[in-house]
Amino acid sequence: MKTFDYRTADRSSAGLAPEAMFLAGGTNLVDLMKLGVATPDVLVDVTKLPLDGITERPDGGVRIGATVRNSDLAADPRIRRGFPVLSQALLAGASGQLRNMATTGGNLLQRTRCRYFMDATKPCNKHAPGTGCPAREGDHRNLAILGGSEACVATHPSDMAVALAALGAVVRVDGAAGERTVPVTDLHRLPGDTPQRDTVLEHGEMITAVDLPALPFATRSAYRKARDRASYAFAVGSVAAALDVDDGVVREVRLAFGAVAPKPWRATVAEEVLRGRPATEESFRAAADAELEAARPLRDNAYKIDLIRNLTAAVLTRLAGEAR
Amino acid sequence: MTATLPTAVGAPLARLEGPEKVTGTAKYAAEYRTGEVAYGWVVQSPVPRGRLNAVLADPAADTLAVLWHGNAPRLKSGDDPELDVLQSDRISYRGQAVALVVAGTLEAARRAAQELRLDITTEEHDALLRTDHPGLYTPERVNPAFPAETSSGDVDTALAAAAVAVDVTYRTPALHNNPMEPHATIARWQDGDLELHDSNQHPSGVAATVGALFGLPPERVHVITEHVGGGFGSKGTARPNAVLAALGAKVVGRPVKVVLPRQAMFSMVGHRTPTIQRIRLGAEPDGTLTAIDHQATEQTSRLFEFAEQTTVVTRHMYAAPNRRTGHRLARLDMPTPRWMRAPGEAPGMVGLECALDELAERLGIDPIELRVRNEPAVEPETGVPFTSRHYVECLRAGAERFGWAGRDPRPRQRRDGDWWIGTGMAGATYPTMAQPSTARVRALADGAFEVAIGATDLGTGARTILTQIAADALAVPVERIRIRIGDSTLPKASVAGGSSGSASWGWAVTGACRELRASGRDEATFDSSELVQHQEKDGRHAFGAHFAEVRVDAVTGEVRVSRLFGMFAAGRILNPRTARSQLLGGMIMGMGMALHEEGVLDPAMGEWVNHDLAEYHIPVHADVEDIDAAWLDEHDDRINPMGSKGIGEIGIVGSPAAIVNAVWHATGIRVRDLPVRLDKLLSLLP
Ligand SMILES: Cc1cc2nc3c(=O)[nH]c(=O)nc-3n(C[C@H](O)[C@H](O)[C@H](O)COP(=O)(O)OP(=O)(O)OC[C@H]3O[C@@H](n4cnc5c(N)ncnc54)[C@H](O)[C@@H]3O)c2cc1C
Ligand code: SF4
Repeated sequence: MKTFDYRTADRSSAGLAPEAMFLAGGTNLVDLMKLGVATPDVLVDVTKLPLDGITERPDGGVRIGATVRNSDLAADPRIRRGFPVLSQALLAGASGQLRNMATTGGNLLQRTRCRYFMDATKPCNKHAPGTGCPAREGDHRNLAILGGSEACVATHPSDMAVALAALGAVVRVDGAAGERTVPVTDLHRLPGDTPQRDTVLEHGEMITAVDLPALPFATRSAYRKARDRASYAFAVGSVAAALDVDDGVVREVRLAFGAVAPKPWRATVAEEVLRGRPATEESFRAAADAELEAARPLRDNAYKIDLIRNLTAAVLTRLAGEAR
Repeated sequence: MTATLPTAVGAPLARLEGPEKVTGTAKYAAEYRTGEVAYGWVVQSPVPRGRLNAVLADPAADTLAVLWHGNAPRLKSGDDPELDVLQSDRISYRGQAVALVVAGTLEAARRAAQELRLDITTEEHDALLRTDHPGLYTPERVNPAFPAETSSGDVDTALAAAAVAVDVTYRTPALHNNPMEPHATIARWQDGDLELHDSNQHPSGVAATVGALFGLPPERVHVITEHVGGGFGSKGTARPNAVLAALGAKVVGRPVKVVLPRQAMFSMVGHRTPTIQRIRLGAEPDGTLTAIDHQATEQTSRLFEFAEQTTVVTRHMYAAPNRRTGHRLARLDMPTPRWMRAPGEAPGMVGLECALDELAERLGIDPIELRVRNEPAVEPETGVPFTSRHYVECLRAGAERFGWAGRDPRPRQRRDGDWWIGTGMAGATYPTMAQPSTARVRALADGAFEVAIGATDLGTGARTILTQIAADALAVPVERIRIRIGDSTLPKASVAGGSSGSASWGWAVTGACRELRASGRDEATFDSSELVQHQEKDGRHAFGAHFAEVRVDAVTGEVRVSRLFGMFAAGRILNPRTARSQLLGGMIMGMGMALHEEGVLDPAMGEWVNHDLAEYHIPVHADVEDIDAAWLDEHDDRINPMGSKGIGEIGIVGSPAAIVNAVWHATGIRVRDLPVRLDKLLSLLP
């Protein structure tokens, strides 16, 4: 682990020196530093900034501060009531201890769990551009079927981000060039031939908050995650959904997939297919299939297609049942 | 001393060191303060095969030493080439120790290690086990000293003539020892003598081995192993951490601490070999077995031959006139496999017990009934009678407790919401062993007795049980026993392995206590070597039966074990509390083997790429729902003075097969390639 300086951030717009990084809960960054995959010179701790509030917005939405701990966010009554999918996604992730440390901003910006990425002694286009992608031929059982490229097929591992994508959340960012907003669905980049860049954020841009826009039907929303053991495992496939049904017909739907792409995958094609359709299991399966037409599985991850289709149908069918 | 004292053996005495452990005051190897300790960080090879030409360190780095084969002190080579660390330029596997960085702080050591430049000439490697591997050979013996092959009757003819036959191949993956406490050593030299605080299963063995490498007699090496946070076999002999720490300390003239990071546990401490097992069974329509053939293909390293005894278990489970077992090994450019809880039995009983389940299905016979019909009168291959065998009783009593009666034998019949539900069973067995050990007992002035033996307590309760045994042998309450273990200077004890600790050490302790009473003196020492060596080796086993109920999610293919029950006949249970914990722990580890654990090999990298506990899954609390173990009151006075059989390993033997068989019953799918994960079920589910 490289020697580094530590300081606390005093302002959100202070920017960062070239080799500095923000530190939040540290549950991902510090691991990567120990492994020699992240090598910052300076850590700028954001957790002392006043960014740990959850506040209601006049329009019925909610603003979540960047340093709100995952545990606190999952337990917040407004979230549990108005956006259950988010609370469920958070509680499906990691462990109690990790959620007590992990923050909203850090969770969004956590890096892939690709096993080559997390090993500095291995080639990997993401941690060492141009060295190749051993995952394509090697271990990719839990890597991308959607949005990957020749250069990289990493998946974004967050559960929370999948719920935020479904909810149409907007990330508030502050940096040298001032404040701006980025929809969660646009925050992470697809790898193309520059997989080393995970997101559209400029170096030194800090996440200050995430806004959940008002979404009344999100009271009927859910998250379901499939994993390799009962708890404390990353998703191998997950679905976040909110459903508004009127007289047996889908009026509005929000759908996102996890553990299948380099970003939380908002299933816009499936949503489009579903609007105005009967809220039946057949429609839900057909919609998932429409979205999954773009899937390009590798040798060992085609099972994710079946998994996501089944999860989508199961989650939406249950939500439709609750609507009746 | 009164004759009416209730016996201590058999009582559920709580672990003596429990309060120390839960309050954090129990010291593990790396936690001792030993003068001005320096920190060693092990540099591991980033390639699976090649030659290390040079190690280039930044001269400005804040280190005390950077050791590699170019400058490390010479060792006297012993019989474990993996301990000849930093002695040669040869790289035999990825993850092998190629250098040691010693610095004043852990951070500085690790930093310098990461920045070290290794000049390596890489060579072609071969990391993939396969049944058509050109280098497959039959080893002379399999662990520890069994013949690699046995054969009697005419298996091929019997199989060809069998009314019903199965011919199946089961695969188990590489499995990795992950005791909570990683391998750790603090080494200190003083006046040419070596002191090691080391986490291991055999202090006197470590003293002898490490001593020999440095040209020291065992008595000049003092190994202290007071508490050990698990080992499962991976700490049965000295591991490279002990030698590296001693080398480092010798060079820098300060105590050196080496703690393996979790990632290194996947290469440097031994793992369970992957196995490919072909099992062929032939039977009469009534279920009588006419032939059993069990052949295992497995791997070892270029450095060292370790041959897992995977099919040995088949030699004594069931009767059949025609039988054959064998093992084939490939030497790969991979780390050396070694012992992991029930080596041989654990993987071997996956193959055998799953194949029997398949046979039961073909025959239309209840799987318990099938086993009962093939119960042997004597050990089938040696003809030696069993000292005690209550397998059928375990099957019957276990079935009763579990509620097996009335089970619909057809698969895929029970559904609860999204869940397919099924039940399965499998047999269990583990050999009953004892090894020579010596114990000493002293009457103290205050009326207490000091009982001393160089045994180790891996968290199993050994310290507690030996106290109970001594109390009974001296006919005093347990409060009057002061037990001393975990130190190589104490009377020599055998390794805490092979489920033989309680029997071996208890035997010596009993002997010493009896001798003390008989002699009337205030000190007695007893060496069990004579008695142990004259024992018959065959016909001594514990038995058991596992029962599982699983649920398989029709939406995701996720498997959950809703019930797991084991019934055992393992001689006299010395302490029901610690025994239960051993049995349940084994069963849970078996659940991991069935459903979770797998070293994921990247053949191109020559490495298991999921080398940490976030990616190498073991069961967590949420995976363990309703679990229980029970035992029959078995008396066997022919095995040792306590009448006890080992219980540390039998829990993992058979529980994986029971779960895999239950998955079939739930879904109709035979997954023959462990672990049973959702991606192997999903596309086949209805
Ligand atoms: C064993 C294990 C299991 C896990 N299981 C799961 C799981 O099942 N599901 C799941 O979703 N997650 C899981 N996680 C991941 C966990 O959720 C993340 O590590 C955590 O959310 C990261 O948050 P943090 O605050 O600790 O981030 P840090 O580690 O502090 O930071 C992560 C990244 O975000 C950057 N950053 C942090 N805050 C800001 C900010 N405000 N502005 C700009 N940049 C910022 C940092 O520079 C860094 O690059 C697991 C982690 C572990 C170790
Ligand atoms: S998938 Fe991406 S992160 Fe993984 S090895 Fe390839 S380039 Fe690296």
